[in-house]
Amino acid sequence: MVEKPKAPAAGNSRANTKKELPEHLKAYKHIWVMLELERGVVHPVSWELMGEGRKLADKLKVDLCGVVLGAPGTTDGAVADCFGYGGDVCYVVEHPSLSDYRNEPYTKVMTELVNKYQPETLLLGATNLGRDLAGSVATTLLTGLTADCTELDVDAEGSLAATRPTFGGSLLCTIFTLNYRPQMATMRPRVASVPLLTPGRTGRVIRHDVSLPEEDIITKILAFLPDGTTNKSNLAYADIVVSGGLGMQNADNYQLVRDLAGVLGAEWGGSRPLVQKGWIPTDRQIGQTGKTIRPRLYIAAGISGAIQHRVGVEGADLIVAINTDKNAPIFDFAHVGIVADATKVLPALTETFRKRLALAATRSAAE
Amino acid sequence: MHIVVCVKQVPDSGQIRVHPVTNTIMRQGVPTIINPYDLFSLEEALRLRDKHGGEVTVVTMGPPMADQALRKCLTFGADRAVLLTDRFFAGSDTLATSYALGQLIEKVSATWGAPDIIFCGKQTIDGDTAQVGPGIAKRLNLLQLTYVQKIEDFDFDKKEITVHRRAEGGIQVLKTKLPCLVTMLEGTNEMRRGTMADALRAARAGIITWSAADAGITNLALCGLKGSPTIVKKVFAPPARAEKAFQIEVADKSYEDICDALLGEVYKRQPALEQDMVKMAPGY
Amino acid sequence: MAEEKFDVIVVGAGPSGNACAYTLATRGLKVLQLERGEYPGSKNVQGAILYSDALEKLIPDFREDAPLERHIIEQRIWMMDDRSYCGAHYRSEDFNEEKPNRYTIIRAPFDKWFSKKVVAAGALVICETTVTELVRDAHDAVIGVRTDRDDSIIYADVVVLAEGVSGLVGTRAGLRSIPKPDTVALAVKEMHFMPSETIAARFNLQDDEGVVIETAGTITKGMTGTGFIYTNKECLSIGIGCLISDFTETSQTPYGLLEAFKNHPAVKPLLAGSEVKEYAAHMIPEGGYKAIPQLFGNGWVIVGDAGQFVNAVHREGSNLAMTTGRIAAETIFDLKSHGQPMTAGNLSMYKARLDDSFVMKDLKKYKNLPRTLENKHLFTTYPRLLSNAAQTYFRVDGVDKKSKENAIVKSFFTTRRVKGLLGDVLGMARAWR
Ligand SMILES: Cc1cc2nc3c(=O)[nH]c(=O)nc-3n(C[C@H](O)[C@H](O)[C@H](O)COP(=O)(O)OP(=O)(O)OC[C@H]3O[C@@H](n4cnc5c(N)ncnc54)[C@H](O)[C@@H]3O)c2cc1C
Ligand SMILES: Cc1cc2nc3c(=O)[nH]c(=O)nc-3n(C[C@H](O)[C@H](O)[C@H](O)COP(=O)(O)OP(=O)(O)OC[C@H]3O[C@@H](n4cnc5c(N)ncnc54)[C@H](O)[C@@H]3O)c2cc1C
Ligand SMILES: Nc1ncnc2c1ncn2[C@@H]1O[C@H](COP(=O)(O)O)[C@@H](O)[C@H]1O
Repeated sequence: MVEKPKAPAAGNSRANTKKELPEHLKAYKHIWVMLELERGVVHPVSWELMGEGRKLADKLKVDLCGVVLGAPGTTDGAVADCFGYGGDVCYVVEHPSLSDYRNEPYTKVMTELVNKYQPETLLLGATNLGRDLAGSVATTLLTGLTADCTELDVDAEGSLAATRPTFGGSLLCTIFTLNYRPQMATMRPRVASVPLLTPGRTGRVIRHDVSLPEEDIITKILAFLPDGTTNKSNLAYADIVVSGGLGMQNADNYQLVRDLAGVLGAEWGGSRPLVQKGWIPTDRQIGQTGKTIRPRLYIAAGISGAIQHRVGVEGADLIVAINTDKNAPIFDFAHVGIVADATKVLPALTETFRKRLALAATRSAAE
Repeated sequence: MHIVVCVKQVPDSGQIRVHPVTNTIMRQGVPTIINPYDLFSLEEALRLRDKHGGEVTVVTMGPPMADQALRKCLTFGADRAVLLTDRFFAGSDTLATSYALGQLIEKVSATWGAPDIIFCGKQTIDGDTAQVGPGIAKRLNLLQLTYVQKIEDFDFDKKEITVHRRAEGGIQVLKTKLPCLVTMLEGTNEMRRGTMADALRAARAGIITWSAADAGITNLALCGLKGSPTIVKKVFAPPARAEKAFQIEVADKSYEDICDALLGEVYKRQPALEQDMVKMAPGY
Repeated sequence: MAEEKFDVIVVGAGPSGNACAYTLATRGLKVLQLERGEYPGSKNVQGAILYSDALEKLIPDFREDAPLERHIIEQRIWMMDDRSYCGAHYRSEDFNEEKPNRYTIIRAPFDKWFSKKVVAAGALVICETTVTELVRDAHDAVIGVRTDRDDSIIYADVVVLAEGVSGLVGTRAGLRSIPKPDTVALAVKEMHFMPSETIAARFNLQDDEGVVIETAGTITKGMTGTGFIYTNKECLSIGIGCLISDFTETSQTPYGLLEAFKNHPAVKPLLAGSEVKEYAAHMIPEGGYKAIPQLFGNGWVIVGDAGQFVNAVHREGSNLAMTTGRIAAETIFDLKSHGQPMTAGNLSMYKARLDDSFVMKDLKKYKNLPRTLENKHLFTTYPRLLSNAAQTYFRVDGVDKKSKENAIVKSFFTTRRVKGLLGDVLGMARAWR
């Protein structure tokens, strides 16, 4: 039940750098945010987008609308929060086949919604779900899609100005979709903050019925293996990551990284040479050709901070670097640095954290 | 079995410099590499071929010099390489790229048989969009499996594939029918070196080079700048981080004191962490 | 894998290997060239000056598409002490000729270009493949190579070792001994980028004109070595090199030397405002004639730096590399076309032809020079003396000229004494003869 793209959404005229919106697209209005509901939880990036979307909607004097897809009876919380986080309207599609994300039914429903209700802008999170879906939807609608934005704005003419990093973060560019609708973008998680929730705030709910016979959907979900039941790394999603580089000197010393991670309940990883030397498995590599991480705290021990490593960790809220070389490039992007021998600092740090956490735990238990 | 792998030649981002005045990328002299993410997909394709037989065709759209990347893929062991190159494709965004590659793959199918799987990289390191893979799938009316961590089962006779797909908070075990489009997650395998026989074959092989017309692409309005709905209006260098890392004093201090100072600095900058860490820490 | 056999396997894709493979392939031999770098030139560092003659003999119209930087119209030779230089400059409009004699080049693009010609001529070129050892038959004749790609063997009638100065394959096979530290220099170099207008202004140049500066003196901190600055289109190559034995003795670091050289008051303004892009280190064989190893044997020949073919005095290397590569190829071709086997006896023709060429004649001429240059006074005492002399002479301070001259002459004699001075002059003259 995959559909081939139909006629182009706009005339085949040259995508000029001037806005010349074809007549049939002028009806497209309002800002939509896809609310990623998975296993009962909405991904925080959706709320971050509601915050950004609210600002755009206010500037343009249009509605901010959330879109929730899910199994029957699972969307109520998301709908309430949609309004709580500033939505004016919430589109809801409930169907048993939408219980977990799958590309086919989700693409079908999203394109159907867009064609029927005609939003001017459609925003999604730059998560695996958002990127998987956005690429399919934009191609089906034959419209422009800007990936992984770090900033969203509107220009004087009311067009979406989506800013994103390119070339591994060495440049930023601002991208427009002037003559096609909707204007689509995915936004990188954690670059915007989640707005304040106003409980009890309400809005208009628009329910949309779809026909989605399960037997027409070819891809089946056999199982879901939650993280924690697998012993694979969960680096990309971890709140705290401790990692080591060649400065750890040998595989035995690398254990010091894991010790600290153990005390913190953190994930552990490392630079590429460690994978090449076999000190850590491939899925623990952090950086351009490894994992991109966005933890709240990143502790890098004995890592020089090459650009390929840097692009994978730059999104961390707080970067702590331990390196013997005060000129190491990592100090250009770390927030806090210690110029010292990591093999000495790490054990001390593990002890300090252990004590501090034990103390805090007893204190909070006492309260 | 026929497998098509889409690879892209990209500038080695580690060596890119930005012109201080014009803010443009200085590509001159910057070495190019095969998009590293594509190698995970290529390796997976080669493994399937080695196990189930058949052929791997690598394809790319790019400038004439992209043949270097393709030749390298042959050295790794791919069976055939096709380069789509034409000035009409200059300035393509992801929509126009997916159109061109979709058409190219149609032509490849017509010439050497329809592919059972198409592999793309998760994303590129220059465009960084992760959109072209899903775009190609849509253009070709194929099912897609993105962010695949592992091919769990591959039944060529039944035309079925089961994969582990990375999702939020866990892994989806998905089963679908061939043909489909797969993008592999990074770090799932390691690119082989290629044997001497492969290297010799690659050195001798011709890279099949097609123009738009050769690939049967006639609707040039859907290609290049013309076919690209997105418009890059401004390119600029990110504002440099104002200051270097705050340095914890180390001179003459015990490691204990250094660590205390560090903790103070961490909690000062991320106050919420102190509480949350207690919840996260496994019971100390 | 099906066994493959080639007429010739060439190990390495530097100037010597490329010249050899090109010559063989254009003459229709079945050639395999193996290079360990990612692409030809990726591992090669050179200052770099290209001498047209050697390349012209191979590719007469190379000027049409080779990536040449600037043709050289001016040569400067500087004797430096810490605050001054004293030198000779030669610049001539004659160098603005239709077919210039010397060019600056950048090795990476140049080697890539050369390799394309080799491929176009019909040789099979495989990169990212390191030859690990030579394969021999029961009679010890070389019959092929083993590489780091699985353990299959590729066979050939003759293997040409064009593997550069480190020459690991040849050394491992016992064909040559490890070059001694006092016959190999370690050179470090950087590329400093700046707009071509800046280069033109700083060196008084137009269009593609270029300048070469060769320097010696206290910049090497008393070690045997030299420094250089070459103008490319949009960057300067600056480098300095000294004998490895000297580095080990003095515990100076190459990078330290280069930093000091760059900060010399006469050099710093030339580099001002540039962006450094590339730092690289490479060895140069400087043992000269006496360090040349056995050059041929049953099924093998050695060409280029691997055979110590560098003229340290004139800073020639790539031309000797290309010439030795070409002559080896011509010899192999002649043997092959006469149906002669690649035995040591037959391949000795390669050495005989080299002896007849400028390669051996030049190296022979300077055969004693390397020893002479070990005279440390050349790099410490003399530069200072020279600088003092010049300054005494040029400074106008009321002292009469005759007294000045006397003072200069005296300074030479008191510092180095008559015997030392005479010895140095004679030694130099003999080595040069
Ligand atoms: C196409 C490509 C993709 C790449 N992808 C990645 C990638 O995804 N991830 C990645 O990490 N790299 C990647 N790299 C490699 C990258 O360029 C660097 O080589 C690598 O990150 C360096 O690792 P390192 O910092 O551990 O080692 P080094 O650069 O060797 O740095 C070691 C550091 O440890 C310090 N040190 C030494 N001893 C101590 C001590 N006792 N205590 C504290 N500090 C000490 C040193 O001062 C030095 O700064 C890639 C490269 C390429 C070409
Ligand atoms: C700093 C510096 C400045 C110089 N300036 C000049 C100058 O201005 N003019 C001049 O004429 N000369 C100059 N030279 C000397 C010149 O660079 C050399 O003489 C010349 O490059 C020698 O060529 P070659 O082919 O013998 O060796 P190389 O250029 O060293 O090439 C050898 C090749 O073999 C490959 N290789 C090695 N081992 C293996 C293996 N086992 N398997 C596969 N491949 C292998 C290497 O990767 C390399 O590409 C300079 C040298 C240096 C270091
Ligand atoms: N020009 C191209 N030629 C071939 N494949 C491409 C091209 N551009 C993108 N791809 C494929 O699409 C994937 C995702 O690219 P991107 O959407 O640019 O991040 C890449 O990893 C490639 O597999």
